[in-house]
Amino acid sequence: MRSLMQQPFRTAVLVLVWGWLLFLVLAPNLLVVGASVATRDPVSFISLPLNLDAYRQLFDPLYLEVFLHSLYMAAMTTLVCLLIGYPFAWALSRVPGRRQLLLIFLLIVPFWTNSLVRTYALKLLLATNGLLNSALLGLGWIDEPLKMLYTEGAVVIGLVYLLLPFMILPLYSVFDDLRQELLLASHDLGAGRVATFFHVIVPLTLPGVLAGVMLVLLPAMGLFFVPDILGGSRNLLVGNVIKNQFLDARNWPFGAAASIVLTITMAFLMFAHKLSKQRIGEDGV
Amino acid sequence: MSRWLPRAYLTLVYLLLYVPIGILVLFSFNDSRSGYTWGGLSLRWYQSLFNNNAMVEAMWNSLWLALSAATVSTVIGALTALALHRYRFRGKKMLNGMLFVVMMSPEIVLAISLLALFLLVGIQLGYVSLLLAHVTFCLPFVVITVMARLSGFDERLPEAARDLGASDFTMTRTVLIPVIMPALLAGWLLGFTLSLDDVVVSTFVSGPSYEILPLRIYSMVRVGLKPEVNALGTLLLVFSLVMLMLSQWILSRSKR
Amino acid sequence: MKKTLLSLRNLTKQFDGKTVLDSLDLDIADGEFITLLGPSGCGKTTLLRLMAGFEHPDAGSISLAGEELIDVAPENRPLNTVFQHYALFPHMSVFDNVAYGLKMEKRPKDEIRQRVEEALAMVQLQDYVARKPHQLSGGQQQRVAIARAVVKRPKMLLLDEPLSALDFKLRRTMQVELKRLQRELGITFVFVTHDQEEALSMSDRVVVFKDGVVQQLGTPREVYERPANLFTARFVGETNFFPGRVEAADAGDSITVDVLGLKRTFRRPDFAVVDGQSLHVLLRPEDIRVLAPDDTEGLPGRVVERNYKGSTLDSVIHLEDGTEVLASEFFDEDDPTFDYRLGEPVRVSWVDGWEWLLPEESAAAEAEAVTDA
Repeated sequence: MRSLMQQPFRTAVLVLVWGWLLFLVLAPNLLVVGASVATRDPVSFISLPLNLDAYRQLFDPLYLEVFLHSLYMAAMTTLVCLLIGYPFAWALSRVPGRRQLLLIFLLIVPFWTNSLVRTYALKLLLATNGLLNSALLGLGWIDEPLKMLYTEGAVVIGLVYLLLPFMILPLYSVFDDLRQELLLASHDLGAGRVATFFHVIVPLTLPGVLAGVMLVLLPAMGLFFVPDILGGSRNLLVGNVIKNQFLDARNWPFGAAASIVLTITMAFLMFAHKLSKQRIGEDGV
Repeated sequence: MSRWLPRAYLTLVYLLLYVPIGILVLFSFNDSRSGYTWGGLSLRWYQSLFNNNAMVEAMWNSLWLALSAATVSTVIGALTALALHRYRFRGKKMLNGMLFVVMMSPEIVLAISLLALFLLVGIQLGYVSLLLAHVTFCLPFVVITVMARLSGFDERLPEAARDLGASDFTMTRTVLIPVIMPALLAGWLLGFTLSLDDVVVSTFVSGPSYEILPLRIYSMVRVGLKPEVNALGTLLLVFSLVMLMLSQWILSRSKR
Repeated sequence: MKKTLLSLRNLTKQFDGKTVLDSLDLDIADGEFITLLGPSGCGKTTLLRLMAGFEHPDAGSISLAGEELIDVAPENRPLNTVFQHYALFPHMSVFDNVAYGLKMEKRPKDEIRQRVEEALAMVQLQDYVARKPHQLSGGQQQRVAIARAVVKRPKMLLLDEPLSALDFKLRRTMQVELKRLQRELGITFVFVTHDQEEALSMSDRVVVFKDGVVQQLGTPREVYERPANLFTARFVGETNFFPGRVEAADAGDSITVDVLGLKRTFRRPDFAVVDGQSLHVLLRPEDIRVLAPDDTEGLPGRVVERNYKGSTLDSVIHLEDGTEVLASEFFDEDDPTFDYRLGEPVRVSWVDGWEWLLPEESAAAEAEAVTDA
């Protein structure tokens, strides 16, 4: 090892990387944990004594309702993404050669484009006097404009629109790895299509499902600008609550506690993902 | 399974993904003021975009931020990837784990933790805080891009170079750097785009002294429709598309 | 021959306009070990997949004990497959892999347990029931794949290059074990391989394929000693080809042939010969005799290569007309000096009656036979 790069170089690199991560990842996260058990302070943001008030406040019926509603919208988003994405990824993995590459390219283009702009584009479509209503009225399918903007549905549509590629890509990857031979073996041993789907395809694509759920569910609770643009004031995400507490209400302990809820959800999902990968003999990251 | 069904399904989903973008692009050339009705072709929104001084300044600020964040994160990310690939050291697993956690964490969690840090340490919210934050969330993406490149790379190439008489430095210059170059470029482009598009983290760590584009767009689209946003969105779309194509081209060319 | 179990008639399959199997007829007897042998792309794997039901033929019929199988789905065919890379379900334990087929038959739990244990005992894996496939070695995975297929008591076992991923020694062990299993179970084995040695050592009968057409069907001995054409001769084992010209074709049971100026008398072949006709004289390396240069018999040449192989000494001899001859001789226990120097002059001969004659084929076919082999 020593021969490939000199020791001082190695030391410098490790100090730089560790320094960066400790200062900008570990320390801030510990700060948030600390803030969540501190007392709210209008001047210095947080102060002693330590207490669990912020966590108690999470269960305040008013906020509990907001959280549950946010969780519900995130769960709906995830479900819709999964229902659209699963067959999509399956079909995509069967597209021959070069065309498959092009289709994947088309799938990651949105990932590289400004998500605010894309959310705004949906607004153009969904508004009361927007294009979708005009089209439906023009076709005579409806008599008066539907109220689509500023509804729960609009938030879910917006989140699905932004997050669908994050569901599809991990699913595509597991379907791409799924060996055709295993499906043949299942048929060969007497299993029909339905039995093969549940006994072989589902368990083998489960890591992709969980990775997709992780990549969709968490942002679906955090992307506060989606309800801001599409949802109106009644369809808030956990992200909106955190943002309000930190930037407007200046209640850091409560905002921090809410963000820890997200972190715990993430830890739980990561653990499930790791387990599912170990089950099929891959070591989870 | 018949063949047309999956094909029709794929087409439908792609349509759903691209129709809103298409409409946005179309309406950026719309002459009408209302934003919903078509009033003929015009470049007026592009014009008003570039006549808006605050907007142009935000654009320059964003470009400069993205440029510096991408460069810093590429340098640190590449060094990290090389260290993870070459060296055995204590806490390697933890380092890997931390990068993975940064990548998976909801942006908002990262955002508030950085805000808390900056306020407590006393870093003024502005260019510096934005740079530190952007480098932090770009870093894991650069690391995995470079790691992917290194893991597909024959361990014996450096040894072969040394065997053929190259010094350490020469080997790094003539073998290692050329091998990871495509990944560096791709990582840089990805970092640049991530930085340019970020809303969530920037909302928390930017200050009035340094306004950047996504936040300007955010304040515009929160209420009502602003046809300038169509024009701006189209420009950003074209810009991202060029960047992505460039990055794919670099990566695919290097595979051959 | 025993009664026919599976009969294929006029079986034809094309992929993208390319004919992979061309109106193939084949009868497979009950309880035999039959091997489909050929270079890659010859259609042998396609044939196996047609039998298993993974592909649908463009024309023809497959009948098992009189019952037509063409429109029967793979899951309903009483045949099972051992896949090339085993295709074990990675998320299931060894037990669950082997039990899978029985669960699909909705067998009672006790019966499943008992039969899975029996099958695993048969392949000596009874202690590995709880392991996952990725915790097993290649050879063990192979055994699980076999147990999983035989536990259903199929009428026929289809094996698609099952040993190709194993190393040489393990492959030998598994060859012996497969033979033993086949004897014990009494099931028909259809074995696909491109390894001619494996084919010869394991099978009751060998089917040699090329371009979707059967080149020869026979016992290993027939295929090796009496190849039906140049392709089979070259593909199965090493062969020396000498050009021959018929001198006298009318001498009853034997004919006289000029081989590079040497007049030899051969048994009359089973194809028609006329005076002056060109033909190929085939001799396996182990049938070649290398004689001293002062011998009166044989063709003069020089040793250009010698390879010590342990039990044999293989040498390449350059004849005066440019023909290269490969000779493989067993060591003579009584002759410790038995060896050659490079460049040493020798004479090459063979024992009459050990040769095999083939007619000349079209130039194109001969050229192809060379490149394929």
